[in-house]
Amino acid sequence: MTVALERGGVAVRNLSKSYPLNGEVRPVLRGMDLTVRGGEVLAIVGPSGCGKTTLLRLLAGLEAPDRGEVLIDGRPVEGVGTERAVIYQEPRLLPWLTVLDNVAFGLDLRGVPAPKARDRARHYIRLVGLSEFETAWPRQLSGGMAQRVGIARALTVQPEILLLDEPLGALDAMTKLTMQEELTRIWREENVTMVLVTHDLEEAIFLADRVLVLSSDGTPPAVIPVDLPRPRDRNASGFVDLRRTLMARFGLH
Amino acid sequence: MTLQSLDTPARKGRGIPAPPVRAFLSRYGLVTAFLALWQVSSTVGWVSPAVFPPLDRIAAALWTGIASGALVDDIAISLQRAGLAFGAAVGLGIPMGLLMGQLRPVERALDPILQIFRQTSALALYPVFILLMGLGETSKVFVIFWATLFPILLATIGGVKQVDRKLVEMAESYGATRVQVFRRVILPASVPAIFVGLRLSATTALLLLIAAEMIGANKGIGFQVMNAQYNFQIPLMFAAIFLMAGLGLAANGILVLLQRRLCRWSQD
Repeated sequence: MTVALERGGVAVRNLSKSYPLNGEVRPVLRGMDLTVRGGEVLAIVGPSGCGKTTLLRLLAGLEAPDRGEVLIDGRPVEGVGTERAVIYQEPRLLPWLTVLDNVAFGLDLRGVPAPKARDRARHYIRLVGLSEFETAWPRQLSGGMAQRVGIARALTVQPEILLLDEPLGALDAMTKLTMQEELTRIWREENVTMVLVTHDLEEAIFLADRVLVLSSDGTPPAVIPVDLPRPRDRNASGFVDLRRTLMARFGLH
Repeated sequence: MTLQSLDTPARKGRGIPAPPVRAFLSRYGLVTAFLALWQVSSTVGWVSPAVFPPLDRIAAALWTGIASGALVDDIAISLQRAGLAFGAAVGLGIPMGLLMGQLRPVERALDPILQIFRQTSALALYPVFILLMGLGETSKVFVIFWATLFPILLATIGGVKQVDRKLVEMAESYGATRVQVFRRVILPASVPAIFVGLRLSATTALLLLIAAEMIGANKGIGFQVMNAQYNFQIPLMFAAIFLMAGLGLAANGILVLLQRRLCRWSQD
């Protein structure tokens, strides 16, 4: 249990969650146990309906489990918390706020004085490379830029844990590759724990320390370590081997 | 990384700006032609000048009416009636709509009755209001209020209901309280929809104003239209009609301006 007590550490104990579907109760998570070390990147992959997004929402405190518990920094999760921030597939920017105000939104909600919140927001806007666009409206941004703003907004509240729900899933292939490198850089600079849900196996291997593979047919979850040095080379033999192993798990070649 | 909508700051609006004369003609050409046709047909005698007096006589009647103060009183009382009713509809409709839009059970319970009220012409109910409140100011203001309330109320409810749940969840994940979610997400997201209701209501208010002033009034622009027609002061009648149209345009213009100020984020 000591791992769960370190800063940014996550422990999941016997977690269960089910949803009603067409009149019957369908379990998506059955007694799951999981530990994420502080500062680690954990990727969660699996077919749709395997519960990967559900698990992330439970970690975020956006939903409550049927049984079991989530511990963060050793304390049980009850609802959302300031030490966690969620990044969604869509940027979810407020269209009536400028980039700067969107990024400062989380701090504004927490009652941080406006000038201080703006200062910190500017720092993270610079980190994601959008300093020129502080006064732009969200509708003026491309998809990749909007997603960067969403990431900056999450970083601005300086969370210990970033929960990413298919954050690059809606981006085009080129932007996606750039953003994966960007996420690696941010992770290194911010020393933050990342839990990343993705359906892109290569993305999981590129970013994660460990990959959690979930299934929808009741097969117990598997954790696959990624022992590759960063920055990772997608064409290195270790990378390719790991991708082959993971794809085989899903019956792909 | 491209930013198409920002790298062309010189071009405002759509397309290349047209030269001023052409821009004016493309927008107001038809109106100008219509007024010119009116003036010519009336002076030449294609139409009876007794029914369609030339525009200069209408303008003269308007000027006399305003200079003598007679029409000014009518404008004042009409604006007061429409303004009171519209103000009350805004003051009641927006807060009620904001509340109802967020409380599903309340909205569901009230929706059928609102739909019935909305579909019942306010003019058809005017006799009922006269019966209840007499033929004075109260029933006039009330019938306008009644007709303007529903567009505002329904537009506000609609605006609140269509707020993106994902934005609300995003705010909640940053620890927003219910009040913060309302003030920082639901309210700003509803503003464009509310303005649609306001503009619809402003038009309705002037429409109902004229109707109400045609029955049992002795002042007001609507009264002046009827009264001038009875007395066969046709230029004055048209002067009052044009005045009405002008008020409608002005009201809409003010609302559009206000909307632009409040919704800068949504404009091209």
